[in-house]
Amino acid sequence: MSKSYRDGLPISPESFVDQLMRLKRGSIGRRDFLGLTGLGIATAVMAREIGIMPTPAFAAESLGDRMSIATWPNYHDPQTFENFKKDTGVAVEVNVFGSNEEMLAKLQAGASGWSLFVPTNYTISTYKKLGIIEPLEMAKLPNFDGSQEDPRFTGEGTIDGTIYAVPKNWGTTGFAVNTKKLTKPMTSWKEFWDTAMAEGDSRTMVHDYQLTTIGNALKYFGYSFNSLKPDELAKAEELLLKVKPHLFAVSSDYQPGMRAGDAWMTMCWTNDGAQLHRDIPEIAYVLGKEGGEIWTDFYAIPKDAPNKPAGYALLNYLMNPQVAVKEHLANGAPSTDARVNKLLPKEVLDNPILYPAADLLTPLEFGAAATLTDPGRAELMARFKSA
Amino acid sequence: MHGSRLRKTLLTAMLLGPATAWLVVFLVLPFIAIAVFSVGERAPEGGYQAAFTFAQYANLPARATAFWNTMVLAPVGALACLLVAYPVAYYLALQAPQRWRLILLALVVIPFWTSLLMRTYAWMYVLGGRGIPALLAYIGFEDVRLINTPGAVLLGIVYGYLPLMILPIYVSLERLDRRLLEASADLGATPISTFLGVTLKLSLPGVMTGFSLVMILLLGEYLIPTLLGGGKVFFIGNALVDLFLQSRNWPFGSAIAITLVLVSVVVLIAANRISTRVSGARRVDLI
Repeated sequence: MSKSYRDGLPISPESFVDQLMRLKRGSIGRRDFLGLTGLGIATAVMAREIGIMPTPAFAAESLGDRMSIATWPNYHDPQTFENFKKDTGVAVEVNVFGSNEEMLAKLQAGASGWSLFVPTNYTISTYKKLGIIEPLEMAKLPNFDGSQEDPRFTGEGTIDGTIYAVPKNWGTTGFAVNTKKLTKPMTSWKEFWDTAMAEGDSRTMVHDYQLTTIGNALKYFGYSFNSLKPDELAKAEELLLKVKPHLFAVSSDYQPGMRAGDAWMTMCWTNDGAQLHRDIPEIAYVLGKEGGEIWTDFYAIPKDAPNKPAGYALLNYLMNPQVAVKEHLANGAPSTDARVNKLLPKEVLDNPILYPAADLLTPLEFGAAATLTDPGRAELMARFKSA
Repeated sequence: MHGSRLRKTLLTAMLLGPATAWLVVFLVLPFIAIAVFSVGERAPEGGYQAAFTFAQYANLPARATAFWNTMVLAPVGALACLLVAYPVAYYLALQAPQRWRLILLALVVIPFWTSLLMRTYAWMYVLGGRGIPALLAYIGFEDVRLINTPGAVLLGIVYGYLPLMILPIYVSLERLDRRLLEASADLGATPISTFLGVTLKLSLPGVMTGFSLVMILLLGEYLIPTLLGGGKVFFIGNALVDLFLQSRNWPFGSAIAITLVLVSVVVLIAANRISTRVSGARRVDLI
């Protein structure tokens, strides 16, 4: 069970069976196919048995014996939850999701049953506006130290001076290239899209995700990743429709295709890029020099959480740098917390996929809240997919 | 007399009660909810906002491509299924030795014990670069791509829905009176005309049942085209998933769902009519 970051090495009979078992738990690449098609609600149960008695440290407030978290696939070290259960007696049920939109849909529908979830930066203001989350009671999170957080990545968790969400990790959205198949060095989104229609014909993947697919098409023309201007979106749509017949797939589950050699180039998130490059060195991770997306995932607690005490206890546990460092080693995404960075091995901190050079980071933009709820972008994506 | 009638009515009501309650709670009420949603509006942050408007229905052309793709996929997929299933059902019902028949039938059904999602993922690996293409490369055919092609989608559909087509055809062939085949031969018909005039004709109700069953399921299909087709072709199923879970335009999604249900009903009625007319059998009302 606890093998997250070794997932998806070149397939052997044993790992194939492993993979199947993993898929059965609904756990494949982030914002992956399962999620985007609604099957991401498939639930991975980490530990269901009734827990042992709470330890004295937590006895003051009853934590119950179970709670539920909504998060991304391959995003935690499963050992974390097992240790948490050992310490507190609370079994954690992990719900794996495919997209922020899907998480929001579930929370809007009500009775999600989650006591903790992992929204991305640009969704937090919408959650607050809809009254789905409340300010965090910081007294219950002594392990969180705001002064150690890098403000560039953590700002969107705080609205009008009140903390609604605390950061898990940050990352970027670039593209992964199999440099053995596409030998021409690439440094920009313009080259990504042009190559998709030339050497990369029928071997290129884009996300099944409006934020990044439309955003990165906007970057071809140098527009903002978050643009909602009709004329700019029209240009992006024109490009997307032109590229569509040349694509290998429209899917956010790109690791299998890249690993099998069917796909040679794909839009890609930091942690997937790091995993692909680690296992298959000829797969490079590129950040478009025009810019693109930078993101932070946060922890937040739903207002209707059925087990708030356990939600706070787990969140506080996850904010412990000793615990968090294992999480970062497992999922491969960079940390926002200086205390955690001190504990990470040098080769992780020196990995340019995780910690890109400043000149590449500068032009990146955080996703904007409006893109989440804008019906125009959703319709554009539908026209692209049905073209 | 009056008393016995009342008792009969009561008994009928008791026997029908559980099924009726089930249908009301899990079919009728959700359907009403969807119908209400479909005349509503999308809230600014997504979801549903009460209203009374037919704007969602007027907007249906925005998903015309998805409807069209589905209308092509469903009959073509069902036809492909039929072409593969008929010989299998024929063999099972008329040719297979009696003692093997049950085992062979069980083999047809056993794949159903594993979820379609799992089996489709297995195909992803079989058709992907490390599967059949790797074998082809070994004998000299480099860089063959099978996954994310229309052929892969068709294969997945035939594979996934085959048992649903085989079983009804098998049942109708199994019931076939063998003496009719002998009579046809005695009267000088060739094997081919016996097959066309007797066997095929009498098995048509099974064929139409299988065909409409598979076709209706295909109207809502999105898994196989997404996994084996790379999500490049957009079906109604994909449109619905996106509308409910991504853009959260629940009213528009509801309007599409209602339309899809109506289309399915029309397909079912048409299939039933065709089947009774062609086979000359007594009309069986499915709905």
